Amino acid sequence: MKHLTSIRELDRASAVSILDNADELAGVNSREVKKLPALRGKTVVNLFYENSTRTRISFEIAAKRLSADVINFSLATSSVSKGESLKDTAQTLEALGADAIVIRHPMSGAAHTLATKGWISGSVVNAGDGSHEHPTQALLDALTIRQLKNSGSDLKGLSVLIVGDIQHSRVARSNCLLLTLLGAKVTLAGPETLLPQTFREMGCEISHSFEEALETKPDVVMMLRVQRERMQGSFFPSEREYAAKWSLAGERLKMLGKETAILHPGPINRGFEISSAAADDPRSAVLAQVKNGLSVRMAVLYKLMAGEG
Amino acid sequence: MPVRTVLDSSDITRAVKRISHEILESNSGPMDLVILGIPTRGIELAERIDAALAEIDPAYRSSLGVLDITMYRDDGLNAERDIKPTQIPTSGINDKVVVLVDDVLYSGRTVRAALDALLDIGRPRQVKLAVLVDRGHRELPIRPDFVGKNLPTSADERVNVMLSRTDGEDQVVIEQ
Repeated sequence: MKHLTSIRELDRASAVSILDNADELAGVNSREVKKLPALRGKTVVNLFYENSTRTRISFEIAAKRLSADVINFSLATSSVSKGESLKDTAQTLEALGADAIVIRHPMSGAAHTLATKGWISGSVVNAGDGSHEHPTQALLDALTIRQLKNSGSDLKGLSVLIVGDIQHSRVARSNCLLLTLLGAKVTLAGPETLLPQTFREMGCEISHSFEEALETKPDVVMMLRVQRERMQGSFFPSEREYAAKWSLAGERLKMLGKETAILHPGPINRGFEISSAAADDPRSAVLAQVKNGLSVRMAVLYKLMAGEG
Repeated sequence: MPVRTVLDSSDITRAVKRISHEILESNSGPMDLVILGIPTRGIELAERIDAALAEIDPAYRSSLGVLDITMYRDDGLNAERDIKPTQIPTSGINDKVVVLVDDVLYSGRTVRAALDALLDIGRPRQVKLAVLVDRGHRELPIRPDFVGKNLPTSADERVNVMLSRTDGEDQVVIEQ
């Protein structure tokens, strides 16, 4: 395996192998010497065309824990602001000897373009492309669910409810594909304007009522951020109305089972899609997700860059 | 492909016993010993040595673990390998006498990787190496402390160690 631009590139075995490796690599993060020499001498470039805190830092630490050299590249301080194209930037990085490029881009398909156009010889990891996919986020969510539910190697028999702005969410797309691949039953819930029927084709159930979806007692509830930056036009009348119907708060929080895990990919908008009470609830796995993100990204970088020879 | 058996089940049992005696002798007793197996077959051998030590010296307190070296290999980027669990005894390895256990000693590169992995975990007082078979052809200045059998081989031969739990039977064979 050379690139990871979409969950569609994984089969069940390779997905489970990434999760298993991530579980083993997690041990390094609690050691005194938090470094492994596996990618010594390799260069990983973080090519981020969109703002990001956790994903970029997570990839940076992951690469450093594996002893790779890391170059961070962000939009504002680069030649992109002078009008350089993705192709020219990629070829420059190639000439400078990048062994892997971790790319986040507002355009859906950017990672796939970078991986397949022949501009570069290194590996490409998709760290989020537009509203298309965010595969490492789905992998870390799957790992978190697997750990919390002790479900063995995959997620067979678990039910996961994903709620919110599905249409603009690359997290939802990657999770639909991965969680169903691992045997979970995925239900999507959101207002009609933010939840296109086409998601049925990905093997998911669709619901337009948060309450009805919660009555099915899902094992996991994943809340999504409303992505205003990707919205042109209005998808709901007001924030207050959205929060009244779709926020995980108050009565709806009480509807959750005792063991139901609350996931959120971050960044959280407290009081909007999720209440502070829900975000700080003992069932909230938000920080476990961040931790798992680090080991999943180590596992992905290792898998892609070790498969090269 | 001609296959020749060089150690049978009773040879292996005897070798493990003798290695265990030698470990106790060189350490002047069972104190501070930590036995670490290198996957895959080193794990099973380490378990046998651990059991033999307990049998020989009742004062030996089992301190057994596994040291995975996948992330430390120098050929690691040539093949995709799954990472296996590393299990270090809770008392750690600092100031202990660690005995690394592997099935075959060949180029010495696995042991080099194991030493690096070990030193990232802690600082043992001493590190020793026990192998069931030493087949020669070293590429690094590494030598074993405890050897089941010295087996002169040519580079185009394959030494295959089979152990009952992993492979269903105990034997060491050479394939041409």
